[in-house]
Amino acid sequence: MNPKRTNNIATGVIYGLVGIVVLILLFLIGYILFNGVPHISWQLLSSPAQAFSAGGGIRDQLFNSLYLLVLTLIISFPIALGSGIYLAEYAADNWFTHLIRTTIEVLSSLPSVVVGLFGYLFLVIQLNLSFSILSGAIALTFFNLPLLTRSIEESLNSVSDLQKQAGMSLGLSDWRTITRIILPVALPGILTGVILSAGRVFGEAAALIYTAGQSAPSVDYGNWNIFDPASFLNPMRPAETLAVHIWKVNTESVTPDAHLISSASSAVLIIVILVFNLGARFIGNWLYKKMTATR
Amino acid sequence: MKTYNLEEKSIVTIEDEIEISSDNLQVFYGDSHAIFDATLKFPKNQITSLIGASGSGKSTYLRSLNRMNDKIARVEGKIMYQGTDINSIKVNVYEVRKQIGMVFQMPNPFAKSIRENILFGLKSNGIKDKEVLDERLETSLKEAALWDEVKDELDKSALSLSGGQAQRLCIARSIAMHPNILLLDEPASALDPISTSKIEDTLTELKKKYTIIIVTHNMSQATRISNYTAFFHLGHVVEYDKTSKIFMNPTMPATADYIAGAFG
Amino acid sequence: MKEIQNKLLQKSKATREDHFGKAICYLCIGFIIALVACILYFITSRGIATFTKDHVNLWGFLTGVNWNPGALDANGNPEVGALPMIVTSFSVTILAAIVATPFALGMAIFMSEIAGKKGTKFLQPVIELLVGIPSVVYGFIGLSVIVPLIRKTFGGTGFGILAGTIVLFVMILPTITSLSVDSLKAVPISYRQASLALGANRWQTIYKVILRTAAPGILTAIIFGMARAFGEALAVQMVIGNALLMPKGLVSPASTLTSKLTTDVGNTVMGTLPNNALWSLALILLFMSLFFNLIVRFIGKKGSIKK
Ligand SMILES: Nc1ncnc2c1ncn2[C@@H]1O[C@H](COP(=O)(O)OP(=O)(O)O)[C@@H](O)[C@H]1O
Ligand SMILES: [Mg+2]
Repeated sequence: MNPKRTNNIATGVIYGLVGIVVLILLFLIGYILFNGVPHISWQLLSSPAQAFSAGGGIRDQLFNSLYLLVLTLIISFPIALGSGIYLAEYAADNWFTHLIRTTIEVLSSLPSVVVGLFGYLFLVIQLNLSFSILSGAIALTFFNLPLLTRSIEESLNSVSDLQKQAGMSLGLSDWRTITRIILPVALPGILTGVILSAGRVFGEAAALIYTAGQSAPSVDYGNWNIFDPASFLNPMRPAETLAVHIWKVNTESVTPDAHLISSASSAVLIIVILVFNLGARFIGNWLYKKMTATR
Repeated sequence: MKTYNLEEKSIVTIEDEIEISSDNLQVFYGDSHAIFDATLKFPKNQITSLIGASGSGKSTYLRSLNRMNDKIARVEGKIMYQGTDINSIKVNVYEVRKQIGMVFQMPNPFAKSIRENILFGLKSNGIKDKEVLDERLETSLKEAALWDEVKDELDKSALSLSGGQAQRLCIARSIAMHPNILLLDEPASALDPISTSKIEDTLTELKKKYTIIIVTHNMSQATRISNYTAFFHLGHVVEYDKTSKIFMNPTMPATADYIAGAFG
Repeated sequence: MKEIQNKLLQKSKATREDHFGKAICYLCIGFIIALVACILYFITSRGIATFTKDHVNLWGFLTGVNWNPGALDANGNPEVGALPMIVTSFSVTILAAIVATPFALGMAIFMSEIAGKKGTKFLQPVIELLVGIPSVVYGFIGLSVIVPLIRKTFGGTGFGILAGTIVLFVMILPTITSLSVDSLKAVPISYRQASLALGANRWQTIYKVILRTAAPGILTAIIFGMARAFGEALAVQMVIGNALLMPKGLVSPASTLTSKLTTDVGNTVMGTLPNNALWSLALILLFMSLFFNLIVRFIGKKGSIKK
């Protein structure tokens, strides 16, 4: 075959492959939105789930997902920030740094089900935290740490060295230079990373089924005493999230309207994640513009 | 490039009061030896230029003087300042850098307002008195000849300044810390001629209060502003003398060739 | 002078700040290291209990085809044969990688060689969206679209390796694509220019020069994709059928290591053999994850020596 023909065929094949992938994505998003969005109603979002009868809602699951997300970020952000700062600013090129990087890579490549099982062994059983939001949040922290650390490290590294030199040359401590000069400049990137990781955390289920548990006991949304077992803020209660709920209604097949609930829940999940993704871009750009703006 | 006998050097003895000196300073980047036996004394309240071809070690030497090379290179030998060897690990590097300020080739203002650029270092050192801060802000900007241009927009982002203004802001930021010595690494090389001459005027004015050491690529700049000049070649200090002597009647052949434009 | 000397020799606020900052950072880093050490220790110690405490034969465990840890086989040994799950896990992983690789390469070549900035701008969100869809949603769509489709086409239940492969292929596509794009983009422009200058056309350049140069990176991308497929739990669990049988074909129900773990860990009692045996499955997962890591490192080393 002549080279020109091969070139044309190859180009055609590549266009075809790309086209198929785009179609797959359109199908996925379309399927979820078309099947799910019509069922999203205030009724669905505001009523509790029903295990054995149709007409249940996802109120508690949705709240649990959000609450778990917030707790996870509260726990994982400071640790990831400290680690990210270490890697970006303090780490020398030696065996210890190498060990740390390897460790983080290992952690990030662990399947989330393994992280979840470890959470079950260590948090639920060993530390006796039982199936609870707290266990779930800590397990999700394990799952979230490596990526968040890396994105923070990258954001810090993208800040020009000149800024650090400026701080050093004034006799400021490295810590002050990092936290007060470099960190603010890196903030848009860090925030983008945090929001993207929030999307991942929000959709995660495998790490949660044996840590946050698979049940959503009804809670009192007016009870603000976090130590009260009936309070919606109590971190020691089991908490099925939206993603876990989708898995559960589909695998147990006892809920009559499982397909409806899953479609609607999937749509909610996807919409929230889309909002996170768009929000990450938007807020990152906006903050960046605002900070470098010539006011 | 010709090869010269780098063991031979011509170093002038300085009669004036000495502010800082280096004694057999050696700098290594890993295994590569960047500065050999640099022994130099810098007179107080005067401007000393460091000249030499690019890669000859001027920046390396300068950065060693206020310990900016701490995590980058290995620096051996003594740096004497105020009767103390400030190259010793026992010395508080933050204090060293506070007393020996530095301005870099690329202007590097903080991504903060003009005001905060000057005041951040001071506040970090626990100065809280508003009057003191305002006074320092005004005097340092005046000393750096920037005050008139920015006094009405102190809360504007420093990133909005032109290159020349930004560099003068960096000078102001350094002198606001009340250092004794100011190190400048080719501070005007990225700037236009007008900004350059403003900075030169500023430095000439500043030497009344500070001891200034400036790396420059620009020989006419060295002749215009400096009292002494050191010529670096391949990591060696080849010649050190009064600026007029170096440029009119250099002792060493390498210096003569460099000044004649034979290399560099 | 004395005063300045003292200042130079005394510790200052900045010194303390730095000690404080470093301490915090070390604490965070220490936490991560301790965490990983704990994960390795806990899963390993649980996972080997099957062999040390319950005296199950390791070889029998890896090659046995019957899984029924509550019962004893003809020889009086517990029936813990993990082979069906191991085979299924590897099958879906390898098949998904085989299907995904051409698509991923097509996407990557399109983004880095053909479409220019505009095409990249268009496909980047496609990749990000595919990454962003949670695994349960993939599982749900697999269950409600792919499984019925297979059932109609091939008969049977529709559950099985084929359904698992289809779901996983889409899930690992973005991983392989974005890593491949990185490695294609890392090929120096000069290589392209040299090849085009020699009269090669675009495809010849891509095929003979760029893909060859980027091969280690692409291989790494595929391994990462496989690691993701091997460890994926819920999406696979929802479409694989969860039957503890040696897979007879692509459309018969089966179980992967991960699907078995997700369904059973909650149904067994800690410390008993049925439970320990599950932890041994988790240990296999852990091992494989470390193994994929090791291969990636190995390729990385080899690839970098060549340059
Ligand atoms: N951070 C560094 N790491 C390794 N080598 C360096 C570094 N900085 C400078 N060098 C080397 O040290 C020598 C002197 O460089 P430098 O001090 O920057 O020269 P100059 O300022 O006179 O142009 C050069 O050979 C340069 O390559
Ligand atoms: Mg230089």
